[in-house]
Amino acid sequence: MTDHAADPSTDLTYGPDTTPVEIGERRGMFGPRQGGDTTGYGGLVTPILLPGAAVRPYGGYFDEVADALERALGAGGTPYEEAVERVVVDRGELTIFVRREHLTAFAQSLRDHPALRFEVCTGVSGVHYPHESGRELHAVYHFISITHGTRRIRVEVTAPDSDPQIPSIVGIYPANDWHERETWDMFGIIFTGHPALTRILMPDDWPGHPQRKDYPLGGIPVEYKGGTVPPPDQRRSYS
Amino acid sequence: MTTHHDIDTESGASVYNVSGGDWNDLVDEATALHEERIVVNMGPQHPSTHGVLRLILELDGETVTEARAGIGYLHTGIEKNMEFRTWVQGVTFCTRMDYLTPIFQETAYCLAVERLLGITDAIPQRASIIRVLMMELTRINSHLVCIGTGGMEMGATTVMTVCFRERERILRIFEAVTGLRMNMAYIRPGGVAQDVPEGMTETIRTVVGELRKGLGELEALLNENPLLKGRTVNVGYLDLTGCMALGITGPVLRSTGLPHDLRKSAPYCGYEEYDFEVKTRTGADSYDRLRIRIDEMYESLKLVLQACEKLDATQGQPVMVADKKIAWPAQLSVGSDGQGNSLEHIREIMGTSMEALIHHFKLVTEGFRVPPGQAYVAVESPKGELGCHAVSDGGTRPYRVHFRDPSFNNLQAVAAMCEGSMVADVIVAVASIDPVMGGVDR
Repeated sequence: MTDHAADPSTDLTYGPDTTPVEIGERRGMFGPRQGGDTTGYGGLVTPILLPGAAVRPYGGYFDEVADALERALGAGGTPYEEAVERVVVDRGELTIFVRREHLTAFAQSLRDHPALRFEVCTGVSGVHYPHESGRELHAVYHFISITHGTRRIRVEVTAPDSDPQIPSIVGIYPANDWHERETWDMFGIIFTGHPALTRILMPDDWPGHPQRKDYPLGGIPVEYKGGTVPPPDQRRSYS
Repeated sequence: MTTHHDIDTESGASVYNVSGGDWNDLVDEATALHEERIVVNMGPQHPSTHGVLRLILELDGETVTEARAGIGYLHTGIEKNMEFRTWVQGVTFCTRMDYLTPIFQETAYCLAVERLLGITDAIPQRASIIRVLMMELTRINSHLVCIGTGGMEMGATTVMTVCFRERERILRIFEAVTGLRMNMAYIRPGGVAQDVPEGMTETIRTVVGELRKGLGELEALLNENPLLKGRTVNVGYLDLTGCMALGITGPVLRSTGLPHDLRKSAPYCGYEEYDFEVKTRTGADSYDRLRIRIDEMYESLKLVLQACEKLDATQGQPVMVADKKIAWPAQLSVGSDGQGNSLEHIREIMGTSMEALIHHFKLVTEGFRVPPGQAYVAVESPKGELGCHAVSDGGTRPYRVHFRDPSFNNLQAVAAMCEGSMVADVIVAVASIDPVMGGVDR
């Protein structure tokens, strides 16, 4: 995904930052994280790059959606540039990074503006990027517009680990009730304004948030015919 | 009746533990104590809650005033586990989510991985046909269990025996094609694990005939049955507005008259080449959902026959992507001891090509790498939109996989469907959502 990375120096003074986003780095060539390196490639450091912002035209219905969003947000008193941090088009999918303070206004426009009409939010899930400092927690929403022929967009909202709060959109999309509870349960993202943000899959008194990357998988070694098989997260692996 | 009641020390409320017996006795006992408000915990171990669903019902007499669903009793951390296995091994995990629709999770996951790899267009046609064939058979399978258990919960055991008898025919096909009756891990990133055995299309055609007969029997038993209609018509009502607000998809949404089906509106796996209809009705109640499921099974049979035709036309074509960096080199073959690697392949890697052996070993133990990024792919499962959101960091394992299970989302409608109705209608309403707790809790 690095091939379409534009050089920022040749970029025009005005325009989106198309530099890929670094979310971490990979060491060595074969990916073992435990044990010594005997390959001689241990010094290799490769950044892990997620696609950067896209430039217009985005292609397909994405431009239409972006135009409609600009109009809808402008009419609602929230400038598009302020609410939207970045627009990424990757693998035929449109991702809009929205600043968390503008999420509710954004979701309202998504649902109500006649040119958008994303009636259904198919839920939110989280992704934890521990190395992306200041924006470790991502809440990823997927919307679908049945009116406009099953259009889909993804909305991503980030929050730092130190202040894991994102406004709830349950008031706009009631379907998100359980999804937000699940994301709180699994990632510890506090959806402010949710009517009853309690654990949903884990027991009520469970400590920690299991889907975070700093939460171990757990497991016990298994003895079999004299040999011991370590739990999956402690096995030598090549990721 | 085995009832005993204690006084809860904290709230001072009476706590009744009931296990069987006559409901009226309990009501009488509670009335004697001047208790107007009763909170009933139905489940998580209750035969009519579709597994381990816990329903918390607040009752006024026999009317439900508040209904809440408690879930999580079958949470097995599949999504977390998948982050510690290779991309191919992930299939083995996600197939176990909704255990009635294993092929759908596998397909959604594989389509997401394929989109991440950028090989969506390179998937062989025959692989897509097999996927469609398996998905449609699974759809019938899932609907049969839904109707069968739903009937059983209402006390109609014959419905259950008919449905499970017909389901058995489909499971036999699954066993012949994949080696397993459920949780097959058959769809793999890049294609399917193995081609269908020779002569399978003929077997399937015979089974389709038998299924048609069985479905006819089911229809004769249910469609105009006054008892069934009495229990299901206008029960569990949820209109289009409610469905949209609560993000409900699948038969529940189609029972409001909206023909939303991802197979038509956003085709995948070549569904645009098949001829079928999206069945809708307008009653928005449990009865219409049941009828839609029956109609959908007939549509699925149509699709299965069309897939068989296409399979016959593509005989001998590959079922796995050509990219040797993704496709496992070995095809399985049935040896004297059941299944095993094909002798031809063993001969090659042991005798002539050490590089092939190394390649095979690396691909199986380490797995392939997927370029960083994210993808969301949704398929129309029997219960509604099943979405798979996969994130890769460029490694050999998923960085994060999230499944948007339709049952999880649709269960939110329990309150809207049940509040204000009778206790007995709760069972019918929940059965009409068709939640499978394995998928809900994952």
